[in-house]
Order: sequence, then structure tokens, then C-alpha cells
Amino acid sequence: MHKSAHDLLESADFKNLVRKRWTLSIVLTLALFVLYYGYILLIALDKPYMATKIGEATTLGIPVGVAVIVVSWVLTAVYVAWANTSYDREVAKLRDRVKS
Amino acid sequence: MQTSLGTPTASAIAFFVVIVGITLAITYWAARRTRSAKEFYAAGRSVSGLQNGLALAGDYMSAASFLGIAGLVAMKGYDGMIYATGWLVGWPALMFLIAEPLRNLGKYTFADVVAFRLSQRPVRIASAIGGILTVLFYTIAQMVGSGNLIKLMFGISYEWAVVIVGAVMMAYVLFGGMIATTWVQIIKAVLLLTGVTILTIMVLAKFNFSPGELYKQVTLAQQTVEVTTQAPDPANPGATIETKQKVQQPIGQGALEPGGLVTSPVDAVSLGLALMLGLLGLPHILMRFYTVPDAKAARKSVLYATGFIGYFYIIIPIVGFGASVLVGRDLIAKIDKGGNMAAPLLAEVLGGTPFLGFIAAVAFATILAVVAGLTLAGASALSHDIYTHVVKHGQATEQEQVTVARRATVVFGIAAVLLGVVFKGQNVAFMVGLAFAIACSANFPSLLLSIIWKRFTTAGAVWSILTGAFLSVFLIVISPTVWVDIFKYPTALFGLKNPAIVSMTVSFAVGILASLASREERAEAMFEDEKLRTYLGIGAE
Repeated sequence: MHKSAHDLLESADFKNLVRKRWTLSIVLTLALFVLYYGYILLIALDKPYMATKIGEATTLGIPVGVAVIVVSWVLTAVYVAWANTSYDREVAKLRDRVKS
Repeated sequence: MQTSLGTPTASAIAFFVVIVGITLAITYWAARRTRSAKEFYAAGRSVSGLQNGLALAGDYMSAASFLGIAGLVAMKGYDGMIYATGWLVGWPALMFLIAEPLRNLGKYTFADVVAFRLSQRPVRIASAIGGILTVLFYTIAQMVGSGNLIKLMFGISYEWAVVIVGAVMMAYVLFGGMIATTWVQIIKAVLLLTGVTILTIMVLAKFNFSPGELYKQVTLAQQTVEVTTQAPDPANPGATIETKQKVQQPIGQGALEPGGLVTSPVDAVSLGLALMLGLLGLPHILMRFYTVPDAKAARKSVLYATGFIGYFYIIIPIVGFGASVLVGRDLIAKIDKGGNMAAPLLAEVLGGTPFLGFIAAVAFATILAVVAGLTLAGASALSHDIYTHVVKHGQATEQEQVTVARRATVVFGIAAVLLGVVFKGQNVAFMVGLAFAIACSANFPSLLLSIIWKRFTTAGAVWSILTGAFLSVFLIVISPTVWVDIFKYPTALFGLKNPAIVSMTVSFAVGILASLASREERAEAMFEDEKLRTYLGIGAE
């Protein structure tokens, strides 16, 4: 392997970047699991709660179901916002180092 | 109400001809741009993030999601909404876990990533088995569904419907490769999102744009139910006579409450795992990531796709609820017991025969696009993984690769039509669940482990894929979905309706244990090189 590429892999900056990427990924994946399986288990274990009326006929389950979808998208957007700014900037810096 | 559903009306035929005409014109244009393997499999990597986001949404939103979920909500109420959320939550997971590494490491198929630093031939063969099984079961479900739906909507025979779908989608893939398939997906996604948006607005307009009012009217809408009453038998003291009576009564509050879909927590979580993580192993979805120029565009395309699909699943229940009020459950069930015609019937009530024609044509385009995507993925596994890498040891010329890819398309397309005819009238609903179970148990574990784990070996990959594939098929066969519902045995040998929680866990465990029991120094050494490509995109295709 090219010397500079090997140095790059061993550099603290690269290791930090990979660690940050997976930390964020795992935190967001866990949030997604809590959100979705929380919703499913809430339905499985406490149907009357989800059937609580919050309007004339509207039940609590309806806004909660919509919220699961909206929050899933927001979690995706959080990752993309981080990656587009912080991650891409670091990647550009590290790539320059291999070239030079 | 009189419906023109099931008769080929002028408007339905006109919309159908326009859609097929435009997509075939695009195919003609794309055919002249499809000469190299990179163009055939990956549209020359020239698709933008937004375009790929739409195309991913097009690949994923099948007729089952459109007609099926609208029907489920119309007939069962809130349970349809629970089902809809399950279809969305895989997308964020796809983003967080594999989207960018997948783009950076692969070339044309997901097997490129799994085989990246392992022994090519065994891993390619195993990945192709997992990939083809997934695509095949998914295709059978789509073909049988399309035959039935087209018969219901246009009144043409099941066999003709299957042959028409097969012929048109083969034309897209064969001549226009990934470029034509991508544009078919984009057109279909735009049409579907537009059609469902118009339906939603028209429904809400009937209820003063107040969802609360819509829900109230759902509970008040009438439906016919069979009531059994027992009375003492005058001729035979001590015994009772049961009389069954059909009575009209309001649907009631139950439509807005969780019903029978989610009962056992383990069953619900297992199905949820299959839906969520199965997406991360669907070959036709994963393949789309090679059509964009880089990881950044891959990332954007997931965000767009999640937005479009999420929006679709949020509004589709309104269409379903609208149908139970404005069409009525009785009429929906009379046309099709499964409720699949709820959305087309609603379109007819709200916009007359022309709008029904439009929605029917959109549903048809939806089927065509999904089957085209599946065929391209199935053909790629045959030609790129098996022919190029196993038979030719990766030494096939550009011309050879494209020729073989086209032949594989013909083979897969004809197989799809024949399987569609063979499975006519069979209950194939379980096959979608099976496709997701295999995807999350066979394809996903090896893909994830190959990206994140240095010690992953060829033996680990092969055993994990084969175990996941065959265990999920075996467990589905002895589960209530097949053993009881299809084979009619009184009790199932395996209790869960979807085996994902067991088969995926076992597949991961086998992959890890088999890797620990073997050692591949070359693969470990390559892992470091691979990292530059995974995280920085250096050397990516």
C-alpha cells in the first residue's frame, strides 16, 4: 500500500471520523428501534390506551402512527444534515492528504 | 351504485396507451445510450439524488402498497395504518447502516460488496442464491397480484394480463437497461403520488378538510354484518336453533382502534424486523445505489425516497377511510373480498369514469415498474454474479457482459410470466413476507458483517447466507401462514407468522461462529484498504 494511504488509515483524524460516523449511526438506529418497536409493543400490550379518544371520534393511535412516520424521516434528515456538513468536510480534508 | 370497473372504458384505455407509449418512447431513447455494462446495470452512474430518490420510491411502492393498504384501511380501519408504518421504517435504517458503504464498495450488485475481500466464487454463488430467491418470491407475488388486479380493472383474462405485463416490462429492461427502468420508476412514482394526492384532496373536500369529521363519518357509515341469534327450539326442548341474519349497522369506533393485526408482541416484532431490515437486503433496491455518481448522492436519494414514501403512507389511510364512507364496505367487498378495489371505486365515486380510468392506468404502471426493477435485479444476479464472476472468473469482455445480461433478462422475464400463470388462483400473499424474511436473514447479515467486521471470512459469509435463506423458507412452510392457511393442517409446527426474529438471529450467529472458526489473513489485510473506500470513497467506482 502507498505510504501516505497507510499513514492516513493510522491517523487519529481518520479513526475519529470513522468512530463519529458509527456512533451517530448507532444512536440514530437505536432511536428508530425505540420509536417503531415502542409503537408496535404499545399496541400489542395496551390497546385501550391507543384507542383513547382525543376528538369526537379520532383516537390517539392516529396521530401517534403519523408521528412514527414523520419522526423516522426527521431521523434520516438529522443524519444527512450531519453528513453533508461535518462528515463531508472531514472527508474532503483527508482525501486531500492522500493526493498531496 | 353502478361501476364501470371491470370493463375496458375509453378513458382507461387512453391513459394506459399514453403511459405505455411514453415509457416505450423513453426506452427507445435509452436503448441508444445502453451499450456498456455500466450503462446497462447502473445507468452510467449518471442519475441524480432526486431522480434516484423518486426511482427508489417507484421501485418500493408496489400495487400492494397502493391498492392493498387502501383496501386494508377501508375494510379493517386502523390496522391498515399500523401495517403502513412498518413499510416505511426500513428506510432510515438503510441510511444509517449501509447506504454509503454499499455505494462506495460495490459496482453493480450487492454481492460485489460481500465478495469484496473474500473468495469470489463461493461468495458470489451464495449471494446469488439469496438474491435470486428474494427476487423470485417477490416477483411471483407481483405477477399473480397483477394478473388479478388487471382482470378486475380492465376485464381482460388473467393470462393475457400476465403476458402483457411480462412483454412490456421485458421491453424496458432488455432494450433500455437501467436507464429506461429508472425513468419508468420516476414516471410511475410521480403518477402514483399525484393520483393519490388528488384522491386525498377530493376526499378531504367532502369533509370540509377536517380529518376529524372524516373519522366521525367512518364510525357512522353503514355496513352489513352477519348476526347469529339463538332461540330455544320449540320442537326439541333443551336444544336451541341458530339463525343467521344479515343486518345493517354502523361500522363503529372499532375502525379507529387497533384490532387483530397486532396481538402477540413476539409475532409483531418479528414481522416488524422482517419489514424493517428486509429492505436492507432487497436486491432491486440495493442495486439502485450504483446508479448515482457518489456516496453523497446516495445519501440524498435515501432522504428523498423516505420523504416521498413517508408522505404516501401518511395520506393513503385517508383514501382508505374515505372509501369506507363514500363507497361503503359492502360494495368494496362485493367487487373484491380482499378490498383491493377500494381506491379505484373511490376514484369513480369522486371523479367519474375518466378519473377511474386514470387511477386504473396508474395502478397498471405501478405493477409494470416494480416488475421491471425486479427483473433487472434478477438478471444482474444471473449475469454479473454467476456468469461474469463464477463462470468467467471476472474476465468477461464488455460486449460479452451486456449480451449475457440481455439473455438473462429474457430468461428471468419468461420465468416470471410462466410462474405467474402456474400460481394462478393460489394464495401468494405470504410470498411477500417470505421475500422480506429471506432478504433480512440471508442477504442483510452478510452485507452488514462484510462492511463492519474485519474478521469476517468466506466461510462465515457462505454459511450465514445459506442458513438464513433455507431456514426462513423452512420456518415459513411450517408456520401458520403456510402450514395452516394453505396446507390446512390444524396447528402449525412453528408459532410465528414471520420467522425473521429467529432466522435472522441464527444467520448472524452462524456468520460470526463460522468466521471465528476460520481465518483469512488476506481478507483481514484488505479490510484496512477497504476502509479508505468505505469512508472516504477513494477508489470507488
